[in-house]
Amino acid sequence: MEAAGNTSAPVYGVAAEFQSARDLYHAAEKIRDAGFSKWDVFSPFPIHGMDEAMGLKRSILGKVVFFGGLTGFLTAVTLEFGTSSFLYPLIVAGKPTNLYTVPAFFPIMFELTILLSAFTAVFGMLIMNGLPRLNHELFNWDRFKKVTEDKFFVAIESTDPKFSPRSVKDFLESLGGTNITTIHGD
Amino acid sequence: MSQATAEHPEQLTEDDKKLVRQPLVLNQRTMGWISDYISSIVEGKTPAWWWVSMGITVPLTVLCVALLGYLISTGVGVWGNNHPVGWAWDITNFVFWIGIGHAGTLISAILFLTRQKWRTSINRAAEAMTLFAVVCAGIYPALHVGRVWMAWWLAPVPNANAIWQNFRSPLLWDVFAVSTYFTVSVLFWYTGLIPDLATLRDRCKTKIRKFVYGVLALGWRGGNRQWRHYEMAYLILAGLSTPLVLSVHSVVSFDFATSVVPGWHTTIFPPYFVAGAIFGGFAMVLTIMIPACAIYKPLHDLVTIDHVDKMCKIILLTGSIVGYAYLMELFIAWYGANPYERAAFWYRAFGPYWWAYWAMMFCNVVAPQLFWFKFFRTHLLWVWIIVQFPNAGMWFERFVIIATTLARDFMPSAWGMFHPTWVDVCTFVGTFGLFTTLFLLFIRFLPMICMFEVKAVLPEADPHHGEKH
Repeated sequence: MEAAGNTSAPVYGVAAEFQSARDLYHAAEKIRDAGFSKWDVFSPFPIHGMDEAMGLKRSILGKVVFFGGLTGFLTAVTLEFGTSSFLYPLIVAGKPTNLYTVPAFFPIMFELTILLSAFTAVFGMLIMNGLPRLNHELFNWDRFKKVTEDKFFVAIESTDPKFSPRSVKDFLESLGGTNITTIHGD
Repeated sequence: MSQATAEHPEQLTEDDKKLVRQPLVLNQRTMGWISDYISSIVEGKTPAWWWVSMGITVPLTVLCVALLGYLISTGVGVWGNNHPVGWAWDITNFVFWIGIGHAGTLISAILFLTRQKWRTSINRAAEAMTLFAVVCAGIYPALHVGRVWMAWWLAPVPNANAIWQNFRSPLLWDVFAVSTYFTVSVLFWYTGLIPDLATLRDRCKTKIRKFVYGVLALGWRGGNRQWRHYEMAYLILAGLSTPLVLSVHSVVSFDFATSVVPGWHTTIFPPYFVAGAIFGGFAMVLTIMIPACAIYKPLHDLVTIDHVDKMCKIILLTGSIVGYAYLMELFIAWYGANPYERAAFWYRAFGPYWWAYWAMMFCNVVAPQLFWFKFFRTHLLWVWIIVQFPNAGMWFERFVIIATTLARDFMPSAWGMFHPTWVDVCTFVGTFGLFTTLFLLFIRFLPMICMFEVKAVLPEADPHHGEKH
């Protein structure tokens, strides 16, 4: 079996190449059914239905973003009522003296809700994906450069309880994977 | 229609043939070709036309910056703004540029939510256009405040006099709306760029490129465990941007609509401003995409005539909405029986700025009607010529709304005319230089078409491609 990276460094996992989205999809179904847990498939674009093929649940990002949006909304509420009603009361709108009138506060509540939701969506996504990072074991493998072009890959990590280099290699071969390679760290 | 019939055109009747969906990517281009071609625009030698174009646009940008420096060092009086036209070219240009940006967000967010897959080949460039248009727009209100070094008073931080901002003011809403819009547009654009930056990173030959694109790609690996959060984030951003883009131009219209000035104080403003913004923005998208595709000819396989045709239809639709709004304004001015409102619209059409009003009417309402004809929607030169009318017309619309209204309000003793100075004119011309310079830099250094999304709409991207149903 070929190897990539520094062969005296610990093994990250075993990876295989596939030629099409369809082959990758069916390979993922079989790896899922074989009961592996620390593995991933890599593709140049998101493949429709791959989450089910891998047995992954829906991303929880949406729920996190709700709280980001709530924070934005409450920030606006505090900022607007805190300053216009208490710190520096402005007697405009809601006359004669209703300092707690709401409608004119809506636009900024809306904008800050959107702003903090968007920040949460982007930075939440990056954190959940473990990004940004400058390097990764998979980048030691030259063929892996094609993942952003037109090739498809599977990697089963050595931390998986069912991992053993030999059996994983045979398994990936039986799925139709080519260029099966052991990936080492630096 | 099933894929099987579409692949066997010989079995189709003439009527069926018209119904077969055109493929989104022509000439059966492969994934490898898409990466190679789009990246080659960034990786190849800088073409001569690029230097020539930069040779024109960079001096214009310098002119813009120099005149802004002149304005800051001398005072806002170097512009023609004066009583009674205190909002003049600067606010006209602000609304003009911010409106152009809106088509980018429409393409990237609203067409994404409505699953219009044809958007994939134009969304990147349109989003970039949004950002650059908002940069040009932001200059004007910031400088319009007069003493620009006091602009931080707009930020909700306590100042030395313990005075806080008036959060009930549409002008402060505008600050929040535009700055949120810019920030969210940057996030949306950058998120969309990450997988494509990874493509550039993986193709790099030189050390400097490897470092720059490597850092910018944030270590993206394209694993499905990443894609699933990524797609969710993209969906959420699209969902957030859609109400945001509608709110931004509504808030911009509130700057006018919440005042009591005749001609401004109308409830039709928010929808009419939003439709106008999308109208003008699509015209600008076509204005820059048609030449870009003429220079890079193979792009015609990605940005097809079908795309242009669809965008022309959107221009026709929004242009007709705008035309309806113009007529409805006139109707309400008459039907509302408010003499000041009637006078305001009378002076728009027949007052001292009649030429601006009729230029607006012709450019925005009459000229786009040519797009009812397929011939004009599918011949690129014609499309390019016709979309120049909305570009100009939308500028005239803002000028009509702002300058003619202020020049003729309640009291004849307070009437006056606005005359732009050479600084007004040259600054505006300079913003076109800035916009184009930023766009040229974008074409040169970033992939102008979203490679991963175009790959995802190819037939072979379907995990069940070629299987029996």
